[in-house]
Amino acid sequence: MADAQAGPRSAYPPPRPPEALGRARGALGALRAYGLIVAMWVRSTMAYRASFLMTTFGNFAASGLDFAAVMIMFSHIDRLGGFTLPEIALLYGATSTSLGLADLVLGNMDRVGQRVRDGTFDTLLVRPVPVLVQVAADRFALRRVGRVSQGLLVLCWGAVGAGVAWTPAKALFAAVMVIAGAAIFAAVFIGGAAFQFWSADAAEVQSSFTYGGSTMLQYPPAVFARELVRGVTFVVPLAFVNWIPALRLLGRDDPLGLPGWVDFCGPAVALAMLLGAGLLWRVGLRNYRSTGS
Amino acid sequence: MSEEGFIELDGVEKVFDVRRKAGFLRRERHRVRAVDGIGFRVARGEMVGYIGPNGAGKSTTIKMLTGILTPSAGRLRVAGVDPSRERTRLAHRIGVVFGQRTTLWWDLPLRDSYGLVRRMYRVPEARYRSNLERCVELLDLGDLLDVPVRQLSLGQRMRGDIAAALLHDPEVLYLDEPTIGLDVVSKAKVRGFLREVNAERGTTVLLTTHDLTDIEQLCERVMVIDHGRLVHDGGLDALHTAGESERTLVVDLARALPPIEGVPGARTVKVEGPRQWLAFATGQSAAPIVAAVAERYPLVDLSVREPDIEDVIARMYAGGKGL
Amino acid sequence: MRLYAAVAVSGFRRYATYRVATAAGVFTNTVFGFVIACTFSALWDERPHLGGYDRSQALTFVWVSQGLLAVMSLLGGGFQEELQERIRSGDIAVDLYRPADLQLWWLAADLGRAGFQLLGRGVVPLSVGALAFELALPADPLRWLVFLLSALLGVVVGFGLRFLVALCAFWLLDGAGVNMISALLCMFFTGMTLPLTVFPGLFGEIARLLPWAAVLQVPVDVLLGVHSGAGLARALAFQALWAVLLLAAGRATQSLATRKVVVQGG
Repeated sequence: MADAQAGPRSAYPPPRPPEALGRARGALGALRAYGLIVAMWVRSTMAYRASFLMTTFGNFAASGLDFAAVMIMFSHIDRLGGFTLPEIALLYGATSTSLGLADLVLGNMDRVGQRVRDGTFDTLLVRPVPVLVQVAADRFALRRVGRVSQGLLVLCWGAVGAGVAWTPAKALFAAVMVIAGAAIFAAVFIGGAAFQFWSADAAEVQSSFTYGGSTMLQYPPAVFARELVRGVTFVVPLAFVNWIPALRLLGRDDPLGLPGWVDFCGPAVALAMLLGAGLLWRVGLRNYRSTGS
Repeated sequence: MSEEGFIELDGVEKVFDVRRKAGFLRRERHRVRAVDGIGFRVARGEMVGYIGPNGAGKSTTIKMLTGILTPSAGRLRVAGVDPSRERTRLAHRIGVVFGQRTTLWWDLPLRDSYGLVRRMYRVPEARYRSNLERCVELLDLGDLLDVPVRQLSLGQRMRGDIAAALLHDPEVLYLDEPTIGLDVVSKAKVRGFLREVNAERGTTVLLTTHDLTDIEQLCERVMVIDHGRLVHDGGLDALHTAGESERTLVVDLARALPPIEGVPGARTVKVEGPRQWLAFATGQSAAPIVAAVAERYPLVDLSVREPDIEDVIARMYAGGKGL
Repeated sequence: MRLYAAVAVSGFRRYATYRVATAAGVFTNTVFGFVIACTFSALWDERPHLGGYDRSQALTFVWVSQGLLAVMSLLGGGFQEELQERIRSGDIAVDLYRPADLQLWWLAADLGRAGFQLLGRGVVPLSVGALAFELALPADPLRWLVFLLSALLGVVVGFGLRFLVALCAFWLLDGAGVNMISALLCMFFTGMTLPLTVFPGLFGEIARLLPWAAVLQVPVDVLLGVHSGAGLARALAFQALWAVLLLAAGRATQSLATRKVVVQGG
């Protein structure tokens, strides 16, 4: 009797997905899925247009006030940690743009813990798209272009005023610095999200490394205790976001006296951190799927 | 192999380590067997009810079948595929509806959510259109397609969710409490739709529910899980017999009276002021009982309650008639 | 009155259950404390006595303000999102028919929360700061008491501001925009980013008169012993004045909003 309801074989033969997608096609597919979800969030945002305009402006102004504080400092002094205002603007603009980009692309990964708690995380696992992609695109907030544009503005102002003799090679170096910096912060975001599979309530620790780290990177390394500088160079290598490459651009020695080739290691550090964070994410996801909590 | 079982489970277990507070900082670990050695086969095109009390292991089973959770032990295959190993690939072939968790986009019209499903699952345009048309017709979604989801009622949203799970022609559909909290009209529409889909496309359906009427109207086969073990697998009639379940006639009399007596086939189980509860066997018609009461008592209002699933299971279990 | 005391206690308890989140917050406050303390050190090395503080007073400012960040809900995360959600979902209609006053109810809950945050998120960062840096913390217990009073007034002023922000949800469907702008103004004009005494010229003078100044700058100055005698009384009166004005404004807005709910039928 178990077969009694096995009705007529499907009138619509279901289409099969293409089997054995190559790795490259998989990555392209993931990117496409990311774009699809992001587009949905952008459309959702537009349902509250007034709020969107306000938050975008807020995002721009938030980082703007941050820099206003630096300018107020410089209304009393000429140099801080040996750096002039345009030099600090270069540091500030670089880290702010990098963080803004990472925040824009996957800034809502800290919602993983909440999704696990309220059970909506499971709905992501039954879709034919990598979970990391879905989580990265979750609640995509276009308003964050506010921070990116403010950061870029300050970066450009600093780049002009800091007395760097710009060449095409140096410009390329600066662009790579910003992108590798964004990738480093992105790795921190992913690692922080993975951490939430174990401790959902500890989400805020991540902002110590992202926002706290970025605040630190706005100022010259000489301002900070040597242990702190070592920490962000060797333990959580945030120094590669802007300090190490920017010191080269400004023609200054780095306080730890690292060899010159280290200045070009930003992209490699970013790649290594992304791989590490991806691995951590995999372990976290596996842990979730075996414990369900 | 897929001939005999489209879904196959053999000795599947799921063990959780639960940490509980045992004092200010101390945590106690202990193991919970959410699913404790379950085995069954579901043929292609079958529609099976999967029921049990809260915390019996229903949702855990569904999560293993969809690949969300990895089994601790045992063998599990859906369409010949190990769900936990090939979760993303299997996702194209299954549809899932979690009763209380919508996958629709809150601030956007239903149509937009469906558009995302089409692209995400790469459903060919023509097929998508015909599937959507059919869903809209059967689930009566025509007027709702352009309404933001946040403005839909719970029943409308559930219908929208079910349609979303079927647009990519899944071979198997898992429904976790699809009728929970719905009004009578929405429940009827959902049931009618599931019957239609099952008959028309041969979609295999596995549903968990607390509403025995869902099972009665949809499934010829029902599996009961309790404490992580399968305690019944067979026809619904057998379940009724096994559980010796009873329906209840609730009558409101004109005034408080002593318990109603002398109605053949029924006995009074509860009295509360003018309201009384009479239990009678599920196979029996309510009409003669109502007539007998109305003849001798001042009847104001009445209703018939279907046996509660938890009741049935509890009784069946107490009777020791489980498999 | 007893009702509101009970509400305050439950507000305290509620936050006390989030132990891991509290620890995570303490960690973050401490990290920020170190970063900002280092930059302030450098700044005060360049310009000793900037804003009328010596170096150790400036560092004290950093660590006390990190300790008070959560107490004053400067970055949001207090009651306002919850109240906005109730307004958005329409549950607010139920609250309005309760025999308790809406504003007092939420004030009591917020005071309870602040009480917990003071212990849970205030003590550790300040202690770490005191161990790692040379701070100018007073030895006089009376000064600490006055500081607590001033901090209490600061919480009430902060509540008054956030209550107004939360009520905006009656007119705007989505509160995210106003919340963001509010958090922004809070961070900058309370002195969290940079002490208001460092703000130059007329701009500084205006900033020191705004309600945000009553939230953080005044309590920290009280602890640092900047005010004494009549100056101290004036500082506290300044806070009390803003507290009364903002609560009154909140009350007026609340009755406007109530009328709106009644007209729309909940």
